[in-house]
Amino acid sequence: MADLATRTLPLSGFHGGSASASVSPAAPASRLSLRAKPDAVASLSAALGVDLPTRPKTSASSGSRHALWLGPDEWLIIDETEADLLTAAVSSGVLHSGTDISHRNTALFVKGRGAEATLNSGCPQDLSLAVFPVGACSRTVFGKAEIVLMRTAEDAFRVECWRSFSPYVSGLLAEGAEDSGH
Amino acid sequence: MLLIYCPYCEEERSELEFRGAGDAHIARPTNIADISDEEFEEFFFLRDNPKGLIFERWRHIHGCGRFFNAARDTVSDKFKLTYKAGLPKPDLDATTPAAPVETYEATESNAK
Ligand SMILES: [Zn+2]
Repeated sequence: MADLATRTLPLSGFHGGSASASVSPAAPASRLSLRAKPDAVASLSAALGVDLPTRPKTSASSGSRHALWLGPDEWLIIDETEADLLTAAVSSGVLHSGTDISHRNTALFVKGRGAEATLNSGCPQDLSLAVFPVGACSRTVFGKAEIVLMRTAEDAFRVECWRSFSPYVSGLLAEGAEDSGH
Repeated sequence: MLLIYCPYCEEERSELEFRGAGDAHIARPTNIADISDEEFEEFFFLRDNPKGLIFERWRHIHGCGRFFNAARDTVSDKFKLTYKAGLPKPDLDATTPAAPVETYEATESNAK
C-alpha cells in the first residue's frame, strides 16, 4: 500500500480569544454538500440517519451528525466522526447531488459570554437568542468571507469557512473576541 | 444598512448577503434563431433604466443562494416587494408617486 501524504490541518496550532470568548479550531470532520428535490428528502433523511430540516435557518442533529438547512433544496451535512457521508447518501437510492467537501471547509468554535458579540464583529445577522436560537444555522458573511454559522449552545457557535479563508476568519474572530468583553 | 426580505429565508437580511442580477421578467424569444440582429439587441442588451419603480432579479448569494425578484424604487432605494422566482409580475400601481428619498436623518438616526 502506498504511503499516504501527511495531513496538514489548516489551523494547526491556532489559538485565540479573550476572557469573554474563546476561539479554537474544530477537529477534522466529514462534510457533504447535498442538493435534492422535496420528494427525495424522506429517503435521504433515512439513509443519512438525520432528518433533513425543511424550514429556513434550522438544523437537525443526531449524535455526531448534523444537517444544516442552507437553501430550499440545499443542505450541509457534517459528521464529527468523519463517517462516509457520500456512501450513506448514495444508499438512499433517490435522485440527489452530493459533493464531498470535507477538506474544502474547516471550522472554528467560538464559546463564551462574548461569543455573540465576537460573531457580530463581522456578521450582520441578528444573533440574539430570540431570532437565532440554539440549533439555528445560516450561510452568511463574516467580514469579507462567506461562512456557515451554527449555534450549538446559548453561548457557543460553530463557524464553517473555506480552508483558504481560515487564516482571515480566525484572525478576525480573534480580534472580535478581544473586543467582545467591552 | 439596507435590509432585504428574502422570500425563501422568510426574513430580512443585510444587503451584504445579496447581489443584484439585472432586470426581471425579460422573456427569452422562443424563436431566437430567427430574429433579426436588432431584435436580439433589444432583447439582450437594451434596458429601460427607469426613474422610479423597477422589477429586478436579486440573488441571496451568501444566504440560501436562490434568485428571486424584487420591485424597487430607484429613487428612494426602497424595496416595495420581493417574491419568488417564477411568479408573475405583481400588479403594482406604477403611477403612485415615488417615495421620498430616505435620508440619513429620516431613517438611520433613530434606528433601533
Ligand atoms: Zn434567502
